Amino acid sequence: MPLWEVFIRPRTGLNHKHVGSLHAADAQMAVQAARDVYTRREEGNSIWVVRAEQIVASDPDLAAENFDPAGDKVYRHPSFYDIPDEVGHM
Amino acid sequence: MYSQGLIGADTQTHETPEFLEAFQAKIDSEQKIEANDPMPQAYRNTLIRMISQHAHSEIVGMLPEGNWITRAPTLRRKVALLAKVQDEGGHGLYLYSAAETLGVSREQLTDELLSGKAKYSSIFNYPTPTWADIGAIGWLVDGAAIMNQVPLCRCSYGPYARAMIRVCKEESFHQRQGYELITSLMQGNDQQQAMAQDALNRWWWPSLMMFGPSDTDSQHSDQSMAWKIKRFTNDELRQKFVDATVPQAELIGLTLPDPDLRWNDTKNGEGGYDFGEIDWDEFWRVVKGHGMMNKDRLAARRKAHADGAWVREAALAHAARHATPDVALAS
Repeated sequence: MPLWEVFIRPRTGLNHKHVGSLHAADAQMAVQAARDVYTRREEGNSIWVVRAEQIVASDPDLAAENFDPAGDKVYRHPSFYDIPDEVGHM
Repeated sequence: MYSQGLIGADTQTHETPEFLEAFQAKIDSEQKIEANDPMPQAYRNTLIRMISQHAHSEIVGMLPEGNWITRAPTLRRKVALLAKVQDEGGHGLYLYSAAETLGVSREQLTDELLSGKAKYSSIFNYPTPTWADIGAIGWLVDGAAIMNQVPLCRCSYGPYARAMIRVCKEESFHQRQGYELITSLMQGNDQQQAMAQDALNRWWWPSLMMFGPSDTDSQHSDQSMAWKIKRFTNDELRQKFVDATVPQAELIGLTLPDPDLRWNDTKNGEGGYDFGEIDWDEFWRVVKGHGMMNKDRLAARRKAHADGAWVREAALAHAARHATPDVALAS
């Protein structure tokens, strides 16, 4: 029985967010099961399901290599730039 | 059943008066419209036009600044400029992806840019002959863009609004680095100050033109306001920009190139600057393709696309060769 990852949109205007997974024979049954399992208390108004095997994840062992380089790039942030106090918010 | 899945799908809606009324009621109650929701064809077309023009502007906008990366005067300025141009590329991609949720393909949008059919912001059809132009672009062009973009974070179309939230968050450094750059030139010698003033003289009016035609002449404004795609009119945003920017110029000793500019205590009830008439002939000339850099910008984009063809082909060939049946997604 294939595994499906489930994404729910909590409210119109927001992104779908991953909430968990479930097993179902096909896409339609996966959506129905996701409705039953994940939206019993008005958790959302839209569901996406994606076959778990179709999701490609980054390698946890490469987390440092992937994400640490952004750590010392302070010049990507507004506070790195000095402007006169009188200007106020910019 | 989202972005890619919608491409080429039948997105026609039955536009009965009841349907249009219910759609407007949804908009009026501040509910977002999402990709799979029924929407009037004109709402869809307006958004495709607007979001794709916005995406093209981000991509073409990389060119005038990219021009200066190798000639930035210090390493500090160079990393800032690199980071900024990299952001513009990313913003273009967020926006293309929002446009794709409306049922157009990336290839189609790219073709429309390269063939000259699609428009992008005319501001990028002005040249950047001096280093001070990099400061002027950050301070004025990004400043004007922010005025436009902040209200778009509340746009009625969900995917566009969410893309704009990301863009605005990242945009805040762009204006500050530009103003810092101009400020440091104004603290320099006579030549450096003259260079900053010259850049302001050339960029001021085109920056005001970025807000588009005057409200009396704008063909798209009323319907876009009713659909809450836009929240302020062109002239309202232009006025906000002038009122915010004039004191910033004066503070560092710059003079705005407008003899008619003066504070008016009673403007719009709360005070604001009166300013001179925009040269609308110049505006339309550049929109219609006759600005100083229109031909160069398109030529540069076409060359980049053609030069990248072998990379796209090689990547697909590599993916096909290494595909296993389970992950044979490329087609």
